[in-house]
Amino acid sequence: MNKVQINRIKDKSFGVLGLIATLSGLIILGFFIGQILHEGLNRLDMDFLKDLPSRKPEKAGIYTAWVGTLWILVMTTLFAFPLGVAAGIYLEEYAKKSKLSSLLEINISNLAGVPSIIYGLLGLEIFGRVMHLGNSLLAGSLTLALLILPIIIVATREAVRAVPNSLRMASYGLGASKWQTIWNQILPASMGGIFTGVILAISRAVGETAPLIVVGALAYVPFAPSGPMDEFTVLPIQIFNWISRPQHGFAVNAAAAIIILLGITFIMNGIAVYLRNRWQKKINW
Amino acid sequence: MKNLALTLVALFTLAAVSCGSKQESKKTGNTTLSGDIKIDGSSTVYPITEAIAEEYRSEQTEVRVTVGVSGTGGGFKKFYRGETDINDASRPIKSKEIKICEENGISYVGLSVAYDGLAVLKNPANDWLTSITVEELNKLWVPQAQDSIMYWNQIREEWPNEEIHLYGPGVASGTYDYFAEVICGKKVGTRGDYTASEDDNVLVQGIATDKYALGFFGLAYYEENKDKLDLVSVDNGNGAVFPSMETVSSGEYAPLSRPIFIYVSNKAAEKPEVVDFVNFYLNSAGDIAKEVGYVALPVEEYQVEIDKFDAFVKK
Repeated sequence: MNKVQINRIKDKSFGVLGLIATLSGLIILGFFIGQILHEGLNRLDMDFLKDLPSRKPEKAGIYTAWVGTLWILVMTTLFAFPLGVAAGIYLEEYAKKSKLSSLLEINISNLAGVPSIIYGLLGLEIFGRVMHLGNSLLAGSLTLALLILPIIIVATREAVRAVPNSLRMASYGLGASKWQTIWNQILPASMGGIFTGVILAISRAVGETAPLIVVGALAYVPFAPSGPMDEFTVLPIQIFNWISRPQHGFAVNAAAAIIILLGITFIMNGIAVYLRNRWQKKINW
Repeated sequence: MKNLALTLVALFTLAAVSCGSKQESKKTGNTTLSGDIKIDGSSTVYPITEAIAEEYRSEQTEVRVTVGVSGTGGGFKKFYRGETDINDASRPIKSKEIKICEENGISYVGLSVAYDGLAVLKNPANDWLTSITVEELNKLWVPQAQDSIMYWNQIREEWPNEEIHLYGPGVASGTYDYFAEVICGKKVGTRGDYTASEDDNVLVQGIATDKYALGFFGLAYYEENKDKLDLVSVDNGNGAVFPSMETVSSGEYAPLSRPIFIYVSNKAAEKPEVVDFVNFYLNSAGDIAKEVGYVALPVEEYQVEIDKFDAFVKK
């Protein structure tokens, strides 16, 4: 065998290895989804979505859990989106290179790696106890907003940085101020990227359990929250609660609830893809 | 961009409005009560409190009962800060917790609501083990046994010369704390080389498929898996006692059964909905306990608890 043949074999085998690497994640995911669907799909019906929690697995539903998740989702977005985007724009467009701004940058990247339970403890102390929000939706969503803020900031910066400098120059050249340039040119051009980042961050928040348990999300809530100060539960906590029960019926319920949670996440990701494509089409430089 | 900004403003306003519109309606009459009752605490007591809260929903539709699962200790931390009305506890309140309650000006009453039992379990194919003494359990489970007591015949000579495989709940669970304390002693803990899982299904599966297994978990969970596992009688020096509803409630099945409690604070007892709920709890706990796998107190014991609560409310 000469060198060329050996190299060709190496080439081929790396290709196979890469394929295996790519498939391994997908196969395991497919296996899990298959199992969950098999176990839980029959349990899914309108009653399951409308029923309150119960000790009898066949009577229990996830009404309060999915309504709680929806509240958390909307409120977390309301807090995290404007703050994160503003911070990202500031760091990318306004901040001068200084010790302070590089300190800020390092901290933001570090924050993105802090375990979520730490955010839970922070939220419990600051929002729950110091600000007296208790174990309310408001305290929970503020905590999650903190958790995903670094992700949104990083995504915004990436998106803003991707806008070609010529666009800024042209805008300035026509006499626009910095703010006008950002509002009319840079933001529309980077909105696709920003939305994608925000939605992916929120999908993560939807699946979070640990910080919400610490903040005081409850296991049994027999009413849907009617305002931000109400107590709440969310889907991941309901799932966790059911999984830890000995009766098989609750495992089936958990599987059905997982399908709903996966559904919410998939829909969110779908929206992210749609928005990215739509905003990209709009831009023609 | 303008549309987006408008939407955001609208959403904020919406959130602010719904924030302000939350009203506490409180009618104090004989028939309809309303208000919030906050309960937190032990995961052991959770199933029974949840079941009673569920039943109470049809009794008083306007009262909103919420139940959290922070563990007995975690629950007491909220309880003595005045954040909760009732604490579920799988053990009596500790002196440290009593002190903080006093400092914070919170008085309370502890009411026992049912019994919880631990079960020692074996594989049905295991034909040599019918009863085990507390000393043998201690010898097997103490931390010193790790890597030294590994075979069945090290515990009792006539048992087979086969490796013993141990199963039990993880160290974070109340069930583990309880077992470790009564079998190995206070603050000793157990050996670490056993199959630990917070998921009782894992333990059931493990013991059910392993002839040389020995494990423990809540008696309540055994009821769900009767066909897969066998119970072992426990001898505390007064003869082997088989765990059953009778031997648990009579106290014979000691030390592996214990009462579980709810604690009600004085501030909570001022609220008519809490008084009503606690009375409902004590009146229905007997039936519900059986349904969710606990052992009910004798009927006259519930009356004692109701009287105790009455006296506390009047004070």
